[in-house]
Amino acid sequence: MSAKLRRRAVLALPWLWTVLFFFLPLALVVKISLATSQLSVPPYSDFFARTNGAVTGIRANLDNYGLLFSDALYVKAYLSSVKIAAISTVLALLLGYPMAYGIAHAAPTRRPLLLVLVTLPFWTSFLVRIYAWMGILRPGGTINTALQALGLIDEPLRLLNTPGAVYLGIVYAYLPFMVLPLYARLEKQDPALLEAAADLGARPWQAFLRVTLPLSLPGVLAGCLLVFIPAVGEFVIPELMGGPDTLMIGRVLWNEFFTNHDWPLSAAVTVLLLIVLVVPVALFQTVQARAEKRL
Amino acid sequence: MNRHRISFTTAALGAGLAFLYAPLLVVMVNSFNASRLVTVWTGFSPRWYGELFADRQILDAALNSLIVAVCSASLAVVVGTTAGYVFARFGYFRGRAALSGALAAPLVLPDVIAGLSLLLMFVALEQTFTWLPGRGLLTIVLAHASFTTAYVAIIVQARLAGMDREAEESAADLGAKPFAVFRAITLPMIRPAVAAGWLLAFVLSLDDLVIASFVSGPQSTTLPMVVFSSVRLGVSPKINALATILIVVTLALLSVAAWMGRATLKQK
Repeated sequence: MSAKLRRRAVLALPWLWTVLFFFLPLALVVKISLATSQLSVPPYSDFFARTNGAVTGIRANLDNYGLLFSDALYVKAYLSSVKIAAISTVLALLLGYPMAYGIAHAAPTRRPLLLVLVTLPFWTSFLVRIYAWMGILRPGGTINTALQALGLIDEPLRLLNTPGAVYLGIVYAYLPFMVLPLYARLEKQDPALLEAAADLGARPWQAFLRVTLPLSLPGVLAGCLLVFIPAVGEFVIPELMGGPDTLMIGRVLWNEFFTNHDWPLSAAVTVLLLIVLVVPVALFQTVQARAEKRL
Repeated sequence: MNRHRISFTTAALGAGLAFLYAPLLVVMVNSFNASRLVTVWTGFSPRWYGELFADRQILDAALNSLIVAVCSASLAVVVGTTAGYVFARFGYFRGRAALSGALAAPLVLPDVIAGLSLLLMFVALEQTFTWLPGRGLLTIVLAHASFTTAYVAIIVQARLAGMDREAEESAADLGAKPFAVFRAITLPMIRPAVAAGWLLAFVLSLDDLVIASFVSGPQSTTLPMVVFSSVRLGVSPKINALATILIVVTLALLSVAAWMGRATLKQK
């Protein structure tokens, strides 16, 4: 076998894989978003108009998209998903930055242990972690029981099933994704830069604002995108920790699919979600490509 | 001033770690609570573990999850190692950016997107070729492998990038065929990365609720699906016991992985 042929044979596996499990499924989502929901197996109309088995044309309609833009529920769900994801991302940054900074400035021998401690919860089941917070926040849960025992409150506070609980859940679930890229940037920074800033009369906070922070911005961007992108489409956290008023598009999609069995509309919701995410995902790919080039 | 700043970051780090671990500890403690009310402590009791192991539905789902996790992780390791090798050793080829983007996309894209799009693909395969009729554990295995492959590829690629090519090149100069070089030289050197990739794929598969819900058939319920439908109804002591077991098993698996990594480092 020639070297060229051999190369092609090895390349065929990942190509076949991505075509089958990425490009083809996405194309099908677009196709079925143009179909009409009907009672059949599978529950949508045929994309092709057929006469005696021969394809005579295509039957595509934009009604599903029309509904998404005319019904206020869907527009609201998209907007509130972006808002909830953005607020959670900022909160994760505010908590994650000092943590990453603390690890990067810890003694080099202690850093691996601290990194393991930050990533360990990510390995334990996602559902278990969300479930743990439900037990703490619910009426009759750990916090309410403690506050009532101390006599600080008479009635249990409503902590679970609120927007605050959803922010908490997202920050909790995705915090390692914020800390790791930040740490990777902060750890590479030359400590001599801070010494030089101090020699030139900068106070620590000035040195932080004018040296450390600007140099860590690529890490900030990567961390924010790693939290923001999956959070926009999050289903489990708003479903279990949010209330009936916590509208997120992942929940809408789930209900259209599992409760209403409207596959074409679910597909249209997915296509619009992908469009919402195109810009952040492209941005993320650029950041990654640049980081790879520097290596 | 400097001292003050360091104590602030240490405090932030401590608070952050407490935030990460406190909820897990609360679940573990509550799982031994004799009371059905979960948070009102009435005494130590292992009774919920007994009830958990008497629950056939949970045991069946756990077995399904284990089968799916082992199969999908093994499949992901084969494809992911190939992909990682291609990216680390093939240099430029046409469509490299598209391939790496498509492989990495499932790492960040929301699960609901992957779940629905993979389901539509399986339905199309069933209609066109009558493949995978009815869907079941096999479709979950394929769906899980489709997103865990990316994690394996990244780990293997990173390992290969940090490895010098001298040994591979010498073997090739001495006349070894490329596949023989891969099997005799490359594979043993990347074995820790492959093992770590398998473990990560295994854990991610065991944990997935959303994608499995979309692509599963009526007879193929996995553990997260059972936990989710139970948790939706509220907090239950049995789930506390299950959560505790899951936390302990994950930590044990990770310790083994870390210990294996150390052992291979020492060998070098």
